[in-house]
Amino acid sequence: MHKKISGGVSESVVHDSAIRHVTGQAVYTDDIAESYHQLHAALLLSPHAHARIVKIDLSKAWKCPGVEAIITADDIPGVNEVGPIFPGETALASGVVQYAGEPIVAVAAKSESEAKRAVAAIEVEYEVLPAAISIEDSLAQGLKVAAEHTLKVGDSQSALKQCEHVVSGEFHIGGQDHFYLEGQVASAVLGEGQEMLVYSSTQHPSEVQKMVAQFLGIPRNQVRVEVRRMGGGFGGKETQPAILACIAALLSVKSQKPVKLRLNRDDDMIMTGKRHHFLTRYKVGFDNEGRIGALEMVLAAGCGQVADLSTSILDRALFHSDNCYFLPNATLHGIPCKTNTVSNTAFRGFGGPQGMLGIENVMDHVARYLKMDPVQVRIRNYYGTADKNLTPYHQTVEDNIIPEITEQLLNSSQYFLRRKEVEEFNASSRFIKKGLAFSPVKFGISFTTSFLNQAGALMHIYADGSVYLNHGGTEMGQGLFTKVAQIVAEEFQIDLSRIRVSATDTAKVPNTSATAASSGTDMNGKAAQIAARILKQRLIDFAVSEFKVKPEEVIFHNNRVTVGERRIGFSELVNMAHHARVSLSTTGFYKTPKIFYDRGKAKGRPFLYFAYGACVSEVLVDGLTGEYRILRSDILHDVGTSINEAIDIGQIEGAFVQGAGWLTMEELYWDSKGHLKTHAPSTYKIPTCRDIPLDLRVEILKDSPNQEDTVYRSKAVGEPPLMLANAVWLAIKDAVSSFCAPGENPNLNAPATPEAVLKAIGSLS
Amino acid sequence: MRNTIRFLVNDEPRELRSIDTNLTVLQYLRSVEKYCGTKEGCAEGDCGACTVVLGELRQGKMVYRAINACIYFVPMLDGKQLITVEGLASNEGQLHPVQKSMVECHGSQCGYCTPGFVMSMFAYYKQNTEADRTSLENALVGNLCRCTGYRPILDAGKQMFSEPGCGRFDDRHEHRIVQKLKEIQAEESLHLEHSDQQFFAPTKLEELLELKNRFPEAHLLAGGTDLGLLVTKLNRRLPVLISLEKVSELHTLSVLDSEVILGAGVTYAEAESVLKQEFFGFYEVLLRLGSVQIRNLGTIGGNLANASPIGDSAPALIALGAEVSILSMRGERKLPLQDFFLDYRKTALQPDEILTRIHIPRQVQETDSFFRVYKISKRFDQDISTLCGAFYLRKVKGRVEEIRIAFGGMAATPKRALQTEKFLRGVEWSEKTVELAMELLREEFTPLSDFRGSAQYRKVVSANLLHKFFLETSSSESRVGVLHHA
Repeated sequence: MHKKISGGVSESVVHDSAIRHVTGQAVYTDDIAESYHQLHAALLLSPHAHARIVKIDLSKAWKCPGVEAIITADDIPGVNEVGPIFPGETALASGVVQYAGEPIVAVAAKSESEAKRAVAAIEVEYEVLPAAISIEDSLAQGLKVAAEHTLKVGDSQSALKQCEHVVSGEFHIGGQDHFYLEGQVASAVLGEGQEMLVYSSTQHPSEVQKMVAQFLGIPRNQVRVEVRRMGGGFGGKETQPAILACIAALLSVKSQKPVKLRLNRDDDMIMTGKRHHFLTRYKVGFDNEGRIGALEMVLAAGCGQVADLSTSILDRALFHSDNCYFLPNATLHGIPCKTNTVSNTAFRGFGGPQGMLGIENVMDHVARYLKMDPVQVRIRNYYGTADKNLTPYHQTVEDNIIPEITEQLLNSSQYFLRRKEVEEFNASSRFIKKGLAFSPVKFGISFTTSFLNQAGALMHIYADGSVYLNHGGTEMGQGLFTKVAQIVAEEFQIDLSRIRVSATDTAKVPNTSATAASSGTDMNGKAAQIAARILKQRLIDFAVSEFKVKPEEVIFHNNRVTVGERRIGFSELVNMAHHARVSLSTTGFYKTPKIFYDRGKAKGRPFLYFAYGACVSEVLVDGLTGEYRILRSDILHDVGTSINEAIDIGQIEGAFVQGAGWLTMEELYWDSKGHLKTHAPSTYKIPTCRDIPLDLRVEILKDSPNQEDTVYRSKAVGEPPLMLANAVWLAIKDAVSSFCAPGENPNLNAPATPEAVLKAIGSLS
Repeated sequence: MRNTIRFLVNDEPRELRSIDTNLTVLQYLRSVEKYCGTKEGCAEGDCGACTVVLGELRQGKMVYRAINACIYFVPMLDGKQLITVEGLASNEGQLHPVQKSMVECHGSQCGYCTPGFVMSMFAYYKQNTEADRTSLENALVGNLCRCTGYRPILDAGKQMFSEPGCGRFDDRHEHRIVQKLKEIQAEESLHLEHSDQQFFAPTKLEELLELKNRFPEAHLLAGGTDLGLLVTKLNRRLPVLISLEKVSELHTLSVLDSEVILGAGVTYAEAESVLKQEFFGFYEVLLRLGSVQIRNLGTIGGNLANASPIGDSAPALIALGAEVSILSMRGERKLPLQDFFLDYRKTALQPDEILTRIHIPRQVQETDSFFRVYKISKRFDQDISTLCGAFYLRKVKGRVEEIRIAFGGMAATPKRALQTEKFLRGVEWSEKTVELAMELLREEFTPLSDFRGSAQYRKVVSANLLHKFFLETSSSESRVGVLHHA
């Protein structure tokens, strides 16, 4: 009776594709067997950041060998539209190009190299227009992709006058390329009756379906989008894949052959959006103890040429400009700056990291000004539990566990002891200094656009007792398919091996939201759980009528079902139900409760709950060169009740290292003409295995179920731990400050490249 | 002359006569063999997703090395075994210890980098009997993972040595591969033709010189780690390729009384142990040049002949006072390395000439001699230098007897800081004089500002590196830097 199923909830089972990954058998979009008349596409990208297209001459390109189709914006039968929120965002430039890298013409040819050669033969005449490249350019000219947005609580203006101390500052936060290892790719296969099947490496199949349908001018029921897995997404495959899919689909229609469009790394990095870079300005008032009385902060986000998801991203940045701190009076103002650079997009954290780094820098400034340990200042400003718990967007923080996390982590990491050791080391070392920092994380979970918080699942039990599971979530490595299957195994009390997870497919679950906002398991797990419970109830009802027992006498456990005195195998019961004509197929649908946000009033409850965590990091900095090394990082992170600890630890560590890359070595560089100069791994550096902390200690917070009714009381884990890396940046800043005068707040930008470090030390002036 | 290449894909023999000589092994695997386990992540040898392992016979024994399939041309496979991720599990489907430990340690998330990691780890597994963190990191820094944060992969790299051995290329089965490879070895020179393309692999130096004379525009192919990019990044066709791989004279490595002589075709990896012994500073910086995959192919001669202002070999070799031997059918000449670089990407080589040897004086070994190379980049491993400074000093009674300071990344070519050297020669090696020299050094070059760093940063750091060199040669602290404190 107590024997457990294999692979249920809370078991650290391996990723469902792990064996296929290590043997090379996992099939990604580019690996799908090609048709014998397969075509390959290539794109002509704009060389100018801003220009009017005077003339496009395709005559030479058409003469190139292997060419089968060439399209420009003029060839689009439907609408040239891929804007996820606002209209007016195109897949192929029409009339004007607004960033260097914008696609203008697409060619399909028998081979990729033939397509590329044809692209090289296209002649375009441009009239170059003035371009705004930096946030400063954009601010100076008042260019925006959407309206500004402000969160307001209390009265910061008058409160600032009451504060004992007021300091202000500004700093730059760089963007970040996703650098998913699998670049963007879409493969369109034209079927009978002009049906369009698109294999797309996308986090958002339904949106790809929508965009392809409107691009081709056909109803969505004529377009099917499938994705089994992505080689990483991180937000970069939420809106961006639609452009490729639309182009591949139209080329397929024009050529009447299957067309694959796979971006090479350079085109991928030049053409697709990244994490937004920010310019953050602040003015903060506080008392002698470091308690914040008032904060005014302006977040200017470099959005690129169009809005894409920028408004939602900037909202989330504002929603996280409090982090764990109670701000009695705050005015948080977001400006979505338009620049002639690629439109920035979703990236793990979705604005949250930039918002949070802003307030963390403010906390650090306050502490340095008062010559206090930054930890003390942070703790003093924490949200309360019973009071001091109103956020600047007027949601009450109901589940605050950051004080416990802080206490546990400061103890386990021996923060105060090590603080002394760091000071001693620095006193005796002239050019090499250590830095130590603690930073907390509170991250709001839910899509802030409330209607997106819905998910569906499709479930069949076949007569042999095997279960087929499909849901709207996509697998990009995060282990979603594994976790959802574990949930279903747990519901039916059958071994995980009896559940088949399947490719995400718009024909199976329609109208889905993106797998984004860390919501994958919360939403799809619930939808699958609901589907499983519907089918389980049908089996119970069947058993009740067949064996004349009470419902509570039907118990599922360890691949069996106890019905009164009888014990029946799960598959046996299923087979009996099938013969009794019980439907063994259903859908499950879930919508997140409680949430709403009135953007007009900038008030509401955008989040169902918060995920928490904290990190202590120690670094070593070379004052002669600005080089550094992460010595140690201690992490304590909250995942509620974990569905799979191994997967959750994988998310925590992976996000942390990705965050550390963002804040240290990953630097995007546009020249004055708006050309991205860091567009491949030779020029854009993400962390390697040597760049992780020499000593990395990661713990999941124990016995801390989600207070909200989430699936098995778990918490979302995809994005929150990325911001644990703030501690790395703050530790570098701490070391930098040891080269500066006491009380001085070094002006460190992110990423803290060796050059940024030397600049903050003051050596470059 | 042979006109076919023969190699093994895993354990299956292949024979190719007409093949696009610019086809990369990655393209070949995915489009011809239909082995799609090997992935393209960057097509420039920087991410490792395409890592495969070459098995080769050296003195009758198998040697394994990881390489980047994305920049390795198919004709270079001649006589070798190409091992891919599909080939590791046993014929019965049992996972190789590398694969097993990667699964058990949760070493894959999205899985796209995984085949590359598995192959790098397989090469490491073949070369070692246990893992230590530093050497494991050395083996894996050429593989990028964006999901895991690497900890589970490093764990797997340790655990794999305690998994019971199995797999198709287990030591027990190696003799079968040795036999198959013996059958396809050839002494004869190779000449492949495919439409307008030609690929030569001469075996004799004279033959090479004749070819270079006949095809002055031909590309010489050593490791191909830079040449490959012309094809994969710039979509260029290289009609005539002359491989240096089989010219044995270019692969010699000799340690004489007064100098070390490196054949121009010696790979970084092959030079490692001698350089570690003789010129430790050079060895240290080479460990940061590219990745294992790159160092297994790339050659020091190629790095020099390429004449990149940021190649990391040049500053070190110039500071060491190296000379190069240049050969053509017209005869041989010798040049100090510093005179070899004429301008941005331009060397003293005439179209019919080839670089054959690098001569490095062994004076570093003398007492009161110091040699350091400092590479500054955003990332420690496999990054191109923002600047690279190499310093050689010989002191006599506390004074500078001899000094050579050479930089990469500060000008259009690797260059000596002659004015600073001149100032320092003969003066006392003290912080005070060094600080004066630093002022000179800050103004000696007019570097560019680019995405790797601003001109100001380069100037300041070039001078600070002199300061660092002083600190490391005058105090008890022989190393001043974050890595040596960690």
